[in-house]
Amino acid sequence: MAGNVDALYIFLLILCGSMALAIFTMITVFAIRYRRRKGHHAEQIEGSNALEFTWTFIPLGLFLCIFLWGAVIYFKERTPPQGSTEVYTVAKQWMWKFQHIEGHREINELHVPAGRDVRMIMTSQDVIHSFYVPAFRIKQDVLPGRYTVAWFHATKPGTYHLFCAEYCGTMHSGMIGDVVVMEPAQYQTWLSGGAAAGSLANTGQGIFQSLGCSTCHRFDTQGRGPNLVGVFGKTVLLEDGRTVTADENYIRESILNPSAKVVSGFKPIMPVFQGLVSEEQLNALVAYIKSLNPPPTGAAGTPNLKPPTGQPPETNR
Amino acid sequence: MASATIPTAERENYLNKGYGIKSWLLTTDHKRIALLYLITITFFFFIGGFFALLIRLELLTPAGDLVQADTYNKLFTMHGQVMVFFFLIPAVPAVLGNFLIPMMIGAKDLAFPRINLLSWYLLVIGGVLMMYTILTGGVDTGWTFYTPLSTQFSNTHVVTAALAIFVAGFSSILTGLNFIVTIHQMRAPGMTWSRLPLFVWANYATAIIQVLGTPVLAISLMLVALERIFSLAIFDPQRGGDPLLFQHLFWFYSHPAVYIMILPGMGVVSEIVTCFTRKRIFGYKFMALALIGIAVLGFLVWAHHMFVAGMSLYAALVFSLLSYFVAVPSAIKVFNWTSTMYKGSISYATPMLYAFGFIGLFTMGGLTGLFVAALGIDVHVTDTYFVVAHFHYIMVGGMVIAYLGGIHFWWPKISGRMYPEGWGKLAALIIFIGFNLTFFPQFVLGYLGMPRRYWQYSPEFQVLNVLSTAGATILAVGYLLPMVYLLWSMRYGKIADENPWNAAGLEWMTPSPPPTFNFDETPMVTWEAYNYDELKEVPVER
Repeated sequence: MAGNVDALYIFLLILCGSMALAIFTMITVFAIRYRRRKGHHAEQIEGSNALEFTWTFIPLGLFLCIFLWGAVIYFKERTPPQGSTEVYTVAKQWMWKFQHIEGHREINELHVPAGRDVRMIMTSQDVIHSFYVPAFRIKQDVLPGRYTVAWFHATKPGTYHLFCAEYCGTMHSGMIGDVVVMEPAQYQTWLSGGAAAGSLANTGQGIFQSLGCSTCHRFDTQGRGPNLVGVFGKTVLLEDGRTVTADENYIRESILNPSAKVVSGFKPIMPVFQGLVSEEQLNALVAYIKSLNPPPTGAAGTPNLKPPTGQPPETNR
Repeated sequence: MASATIPTAERENYLNKGYGIKSWLLTTDHKRIALLYLITITFFFFIGGFFALLIRLELLTPAGDLVQADTYNKLFTMHGQVMVFFFLIPAVPAVLGNFLIPMMIGAKDLAFPRINLLSWYLLVIGGVLMMYTILTGGVDTGWTFYTPLSTQFSNTHVVTAALAIFVAGFSSILTGLNFIVTIHQMRAPGMTWSRLPLFVWANYATAIIQVLGTPVLAISLMLVALERIFSLAIFDPQRGGDPLLFQHLFWFYSHPAVYIMILPGMGVVSEIVTCFTRKRIFGYKFMALALIGIAVLGFLVWAHHMFVAGMSLYAALVFSLLSYFVAVPSAIKVFNWTSTMYKGSISYATPMLYAFGFIGLFTMGGLTGLFVAALGIDVHVTDTYFVVAHFHYIMVGGMVIAYLGGIHFWWPKISGRMYPEGWGKLAALIIFIGFNLTFFPQFVLGYLGMPRRYWQYSPEFQVLNVLSTAGATILAVGYLLPMVYLLWSMRYGKIADENPWNAAGLEWMTPSPPPTFNFDETPMVTWEAYNYDELKEVPVER
């Protein structure tokens, strides 16, 4: 990704550099050649429609090319590939907290393997922050009350700056950290080194049971709430006739404020969990519900037997 | 000029009409009000500049050592608020526009002289509130007031700061309204729309933005204040609010506000370039159209400030595309100024040096705008020093330079005296060098990844920061010089006649300084704008 961004950047440097140079040269030449002196008079020129159209449409054409190029890069930046390794992130004044699927937790330091796509699923506990790794050329604001997503594919092992890029109060400039990119083998060693208390999904399962979610969300059709197996990524038909894709944000909202979008065929009887679960617990719950329908390649967590599901427009059972 | 004998010093003019404090504070003369504005915004310019200098000094070293983190945050917040709302927005319209528009169109005053005075009082009230905010501990939300930081987390004087800007906003709205009505209704006989100087067109375009955009800012700031005071939940995600809503509201005004801060500068430069090349402006109609085009398109690009804010992918594509459209009229203007110089008879008085500076720096600011409008690049450089450099090239390299150029150009008309040319040129040169040394390194810093609004930073960024701080001190000297020699010239400067530059435009056909009602008799216009070919032969017709 860094290469793509730099290529466009260098192209723009050359293009804009030559445009600027052309204009500055013309101004300098005119300023000298037509300086005020004896016997020299200004020659009045009304203008020229041909020239006006030329310097309207040629720049417009160039601009549209730049737009397209920039848009293509952005599209890639905003579309995480299937099967990325997922890292849940909670930003708060003034630190970064990371939760790996494997259960490892880190603060202001993020270990990732080289050569893998990594998808950051991020939320904030307080104000707006922004996840910025200059070396990867990525930045994504991290908002309270919802998930935003960024992804990267680090190629070279090393330690890179992580900055908060959205002004967030007193120690904004102290909300920094390191992204440590490791060779996959080293990364495995690192993973096995830490004493993780089970995977994030396992933690989520524990919370799922202790909060009593499992009484209604049963793994059959008899529960008072929808069966959550295989829900993630599906299109869900709601009670009011709308449909919604069951992504991380939908699951999050359905936990915190369940009556916002009630699944068709069910009653709005679930209690509100806003304020009762922390952001980290919420992440674990989301990870657990997703693990009931793991991503196609089984990127992280337990390997599973289910085939990739994609996102067919089918309604909820 | 057929206005015959030129009795200068004794002749009654707007300056010697009365000397009492009441004759100033209760004046309805647009020229006196312009001077009141000049004093007010110069005061705020130096306040904002002082904050900037402290910011740059703090950034001399990577560690946060000169001031506390909270102090630093307040400094950049108040630097932005003071400079944007109490200097840049009123700068050209309220000072030069106020002074010149009635004269340029051959009118006695603005359409609503009392409302004009009210506008100034509103700015002063806003300014007093701002000073109260500053003196009682300041505000630290960033000039952007982003929620929920501003509504739930900041412990500083957010409400008074918002109120200050709210009130100053009405000053801006009323000035815009006054200009629109004046330009529509008060043009002298024969002063058709196609004969208006581009300075008038530029202020007209600006006025449209002021009237249509500023109320939205007022509403957004009011909502922030209400949410703080009454604990509403408009922007609070915990209670179903949306923090991004604020960003949309804020930028809906504050992006067009960027054009409030540059269009009038473009107008100034068009006047200067034509005068010192002795030529018509190249492509008058396209220049006027481009001004209106920028004003209209400027309303459709606000969300390009939010490409990484969590907006939908497709919204970002639309706003990026529209941002490229608004770049086109800006490019047209640069090409036309350049072409105006072609086959001219160019001289290099101080105002023209500023105009050269403006075209160069605005071009730089505009071209780097192409970088930040490109989605893929913006993701990397937004909220870094690249953006800081980009908008300072427009607002300082563009607007402040144009404003200074305009002040020098019309100084003989305003004060009746010439400024010292040598000092003028020296100051222009110092400002140009200081400006580039301050802000050019910031482009590099930004691409290397230094985020903006950082109190302490990674040591590898230090060299470029030292360069930038060095530039800022040079720039400070450059700004102090005109302050000194312009004041000096009011008493000791060479007496100016009514048209020292031999410039076109009705404002040069009345004595310097002008009488209270500008013209002894209403002029009749029979010539096109910038009639530099026939200048000497054109009398003021009766």
